[in-house]
Amino acid sequence: MTYLAGSACTRFGDHGGQGTLDLMAEAADAALADAGIERGDVDGLLCGYSTTMPHIMLATVFAEHLGLRPRYCASLQLGGATGLLMAATAHLVVEGGGADRVLVVAGENRRSGQTRDASVQALAQAGHPEHEVVLGATIPAYYGLVASAYLDRFGATEADLAELAVLMRRHASTHPGAHFREAITVADVMASRPVAEPLKLLDCCPVSDGGAAAVLSREALNDHCLEVIGTGQAHTHQHLSAAPSLTEFGAGPSAQAALEQARVPVARVRYAGVYDSFTITLAILLEELGLASRGASGRLAAEGHFSAGGPVPLNTHGGLLSYGHCGVAGAMAHVAELHRQMTGRAGDRQVPGELDVGLLHGDGGVLSSHVTMVVAR
Amino acid sequence: MSDEGAALTYQACAGCGARWWFRRERCPTCGRAGPLDRASAGEGTVEAVTVVHRPPSDDWRPYAPYALVLVWLDEEFRAMGLADRGLAIGERVTARSAVRAGNRVPVFGRLGTSAPVIR
Repeated sequence: MTYLAGSACTRFGDHGGQGTLDLMAEAADAALADAGIERGDVDGLLCGYSTTMPHIMLATVFAEHLGLRPRYCASLQLGGATGLLMAATAHLVVEGGGADRVLVVAGENRRSGQTRDASVQALAQAGHPEHEVVLGATIPAYYGLVASAYLDRFGATEADLAELAVLMRRHASTHPGAHFREAITVADVMASRPVAEPLKLLDCCPVSDGGAAAVLSREALNDHCLEVIGTGQAHTHQHLSAAPSLTEFGAGPSAQAALEQARVPVARVRYAGVYDSFTITLAILLEELGLASRGASGRLAAEGHFSAGGPVPLNTHGGLLSYGHCGVAGAMAHVAELHRQMTGRAGDRQVPGELDVGLLHGDGGVLSSHVTMVVAR
Repeated sequence: MSDEGAALTYQACAGCGARWWFRRERCPTCGRAGPLDRASAGEGTVEAVTVVHRPPSDDWRPYAPYALVLVWLDEEFRAMGLADRGLAIGERVTARSAVRAGNRVPVFGRLGTSAPVIR
């Protein structure tokens, strides 16, 4: 049994002047305060990576920075899935007796720490160097290819995908920390500048600065803990050209493993935090997780199914698409928001009702590696 | 027949029959060493298409916007390549070799519109 006992997320946006360690420390101290413990109580540390501060031992650097002496410490890498991987691994480390109070923390000044071209170029290296990068492919291009196959296969439209961007922006407008809060319409998304067709600017998450952290513990440290009741993963390929299918990825098996371990059917999920690097990512993941039927996620979003007052509130902070994406901490913002919502502490953003089961899902690469976590109140 | 001039090459496993595009030392399905190197005839069907407007570097700026496709080749493997504009999912295409941004790469065009053969 492990508990999600504390969490925090900085404002995402432009934090010019704050580097990776500053953002990590800000989030870490806030998460520790939320959990009600001190730096000296932490005996486990998991970090990710930062493209503006590439370091082969980022967690150890951070332990030194915060004055921690953990008995379990590691830096993890799984692309976009890293944030949730860190939380899931913290759960497994605690279950395995490696540590009792694990601090999970990430942060990056991805926006102010490098030029836009530098960040596009750094991320473009995620493709296969000899077969894909040489074609001038980029991450949006890989997702554009996936989007074209999805729209063709499942009969959805670009406007359906746009509904997901509109929903994320509407949710972000309720959160003061979100990078982009101004309302947008489907027409705005459709008119936004093409990046990699069919994906347009507003189908893509922004590049933001920010940090986020969580505390996973063996014991309930306070009265706002959630139990981690299941985790799962799936890894089918790294490069899109090597994917076994262009219309079915690993989210299904990953979620199935987590839900089976949790002994909860997907129909019981009352709150979801799902990785949304692009509108197409969110559509595919929602559908493969079993939260929407194939091709229907945009339509369901338009009908209010994933709204704060709907049956399955989703990314109520605005997701990567509008709260922002600062790298590893991007996905951890979903964890922090789920934690706030499921413990009734989301203030003005509070979703009504009994949120007893929550599901978190992240993916890395091009829908390559998947991690799912199920939590209960 | 030499495959030095082939626009697209792939590998096949003599043991389990798997075919794949990326060069590897061993079969990714059964692990058998010594996969066979083959030249693809370059013909297949478009499975996905995108048009890149935001290039990754200055080298690619002169070409933007440019089309990329994923193609299921008749030899039963998938490859990614640059493409002529206007291709749709389901179309039959053929690969030719070209140099783009300093690299020799496959470019797919509609099957049936290749240059006329002088007999």
